Amino acid sequence: MKAWLAHHLHSLKIAAEQFRGAPVATLFTLLVIGVAVSLPAGLYALLSNLERAAGGVKPQAEVTAFFKEVDEARARALAASLKKRADVAEVLFVSKADGIKRLEAAGLADVAVGLPENPLPHTLVLTPRETTPVALEALAAEVKANPDIERVLVDSDWIKRLAALMQLGRDLVGMLILVLGAALAAITANTIRLQIYARKDEIEVARLIGATDRFIRRPFLYFGGIQGLVGGLAGWLLVIVAGLLLENSVAQVAAAYGSQFHLAGLSLQETGLLLLFSTALGWLGAYFAVGRALREHD
Amino acid sequence: MSAQPLIEISEVTKRYPGGHEALSNISLGIEPGEMVFLTGHSGAGKSTLLKLIAAIERPTSGHIIVNGQNVGRMKRPALPFFRRNIGLIFQDHKLLYDRSVFDNVLMPLHIQGVIGNDAAKRVRAALDKVGLLNKERARPITLSGGEQQRLCIARAIVSRPALVLADEPTANLDDAYARDIMDMFRAFNEVGVTLIISTHDQDLINRYGGRKVTLAYGKQVS
Repeated sequence: MKAWLAHHLHSLKIAAEQFRGAPVATLFTLLVIGVAVSLPAGLYALLSNLERAAGGVKPQAEVTAFFKEVDEARARALAASLKKRADVAEVLFVSKADGIKRLEAAGLADVAVGLPENPLPHTLVLTPRETTPVALEALAAEVKANPDIERVLVDSDWIKRLAALMQLGRDLVGMLILVLGAALAAITANTIRLQIYARKDEIEVARLIGATDRFIRRPFLYFGGIQGLVGGLAGWLLVIVAGLLLENSVAQVAAAYGSQFHLAGLSLQETGLLLLFSTALGWLGAYFAVGRALREHD
Repeated sequence: MSAQPLIEISEVTKRYPGGHEALSNISLGIEPGEMVFLTGHSGAGKSTLLKLIAAIERPTSGHIIVNGQNVGRMKRPALPFFRRNIGLIFQDHKLLYDRSVFDNVLMPLHIQGVIGNDAAKRVRAALDKVGLLNKERARPITLSGGEQQRLCIARAIVSRPALVLADEPTANLDDAYARDIMDMFRAFNEVGVTLIISTHDQDLINRYGGRKVTLAYGKQVS
């Protein structure tokens, strides 16, 4: 146990010496990894902020249903039954008479007066609990199936567009994670490959006198993992700094729309995940590089 | 006949890619505690035979049993543990020049998980045996050829192997140094270490008079 610990400490020391031995090269590698990490992380943060901003508008998604010529009591009964449904958050019943009043209130009194009789139907305005396009459409279809309903209007186009755009963004983040994750592993593998080359005598001797693959691999794994972790931290910092720089202009845009909005950075969990991911990729890159070198020695 | 031989080589052939046959049909048994000289012209297959015994290379056919283990069939993960029982001495030393004499000798112990005072004691004992105790802080590059060879020997014996393989240990040394080294080998042999030493120096063999195995063009001559 003590020897095991000592060996791990020794591996760490070797890894640290590698960093110290080439500070400039290490710094550049860390910067490259940082940029590679910051792109998907930054886009992800942007997306969460957009989703948050859009969240404030979402509840306005509505299903509007117009009745056929039925009497008000019957229409109100349907409204009441709809109100009991689990997927409906709110039901607003607008009777024929209310409709006209609303028209007048909206400044269209002239039009209302000119009409021979009230042409407006009783109207239901439903606010669904879920605002996904699918939920909206489903609710609309059910309401439309009712024999008393003449027409249903679903105000879902812009929600569909927003959802599609968000999905596109998420796909983009996913793709960036894949591509830049592979790049991160490759960058690490390359630095490790150079280190292996510089220490090939040592590796050869170690193998001849009975070192296991694990023993040889360990310092490189530490190096790869630490490089990934520090690179991940650099990427995280880049995202935070970019957020701070944008904060002001975002506030101005929000103010112009008459609202208040503050950029949120990455949460603690997201940060943890990011660091874990970049560490794991660095470790993985090192693992493959050393594995290849060890097989070449056989 | 005593117990099982320490090393049993039977009908071993080693052919390299391209068809060059370095060893043809060698059979040889080595008992524990023997001191064996492998001799022959350069290219006769001495180094190849040592490499086969240490499982650095595998025979094309035939088999080599060391300490009851079939070396040619050994699985990769078992190799390191097998090699820890063998002290290897190389003609080109294979020392690491980026660390001190002390750290070079420490390496096998470190690999085996021996650390701290215990390891330091054993390193100093090994250095003392080869007469390099006063140079433990030096870099190997500052040592003479004979001293470098002795350092290589210290590294080979620090983990107290029962078997030591030495490939041309005296090749580039003048006579006095060569005798130094041979005296050391004989001292190890006297405490029970089995030694296989390859050399083309007939005088040396005659002077120390161990068992002699002669190879010529990959074939066993005597």
